[in-house]
Amino acid sequence: MKDIVVTMFLFGGLFFFMVGTLGIIRFPDVFTRAHSASKCDTLGAVLCLCSLIVLEGLNMVSLKFILILIFVWTANPTATHLIAKAEYTRQASLAKINGVKKHEDI
Amino acid sequence: MSKILIFSILFLSATIFICMFRAIKGPTAADRLIAVNVIGTKTIVLILIVSFLLHETYFVDVAIVYALISFLSSIVIAKVIENSGGKNI
Repeated sequence: MKDIVVTMFLFGGLFFFMVGTLGIIRFPDVFTRAHSASKCDTLGAVLCLCSLIVLEGLNMVSLKFILILIFVWTANPTATHLIAKAEYTRQASLAKINGVKKHEDI
Repeated sequence: MSKILIFSILFLSATIFICMFRAIKGPTAADRLIAVNVIGTKTIVLILIVSFLLHETYFVDVAIVYALISFLSSIVIAKVIENSGGKNI
């Protein structure tokens, strides 16, 4: 019973890792790639760590797993958001240098 | 159970190599940074699965420190991209 649950969670996490990697390779823009990478970071890592917690049981090591899970779940979307914001600021300052008008689309 | 864990390690390594393609090719610096960030997350999961296979519990502490350093480095490089003044690094 435990093996079935662990295998389901682990393969779900691997599926999300594969889909996120496919998006990073195939999407045309930086922001769409950031969207795909964020899926890969949250769902894939959290499902894989949940499967390892179920496999371990409840002891000191699985508490450390839960610590890593909470940190990854908060920190990785924050990092992806910061990267997308930095790229948006860079492109906006590039448009200002090259002289795009205010009402024109970037 | 051990065969499934070994299969997942090999699968994660293959996806890391595919991500490495974007980290080398990517047109802007933000593309490369996103790919490296995903590679860091996959490495954390890989270290934890290896700690199960080898029955070494101190690898979990290594994974905690890896997560902290990966988050810090991506924040610092994002700040460098933001202050680069428009040119592609």
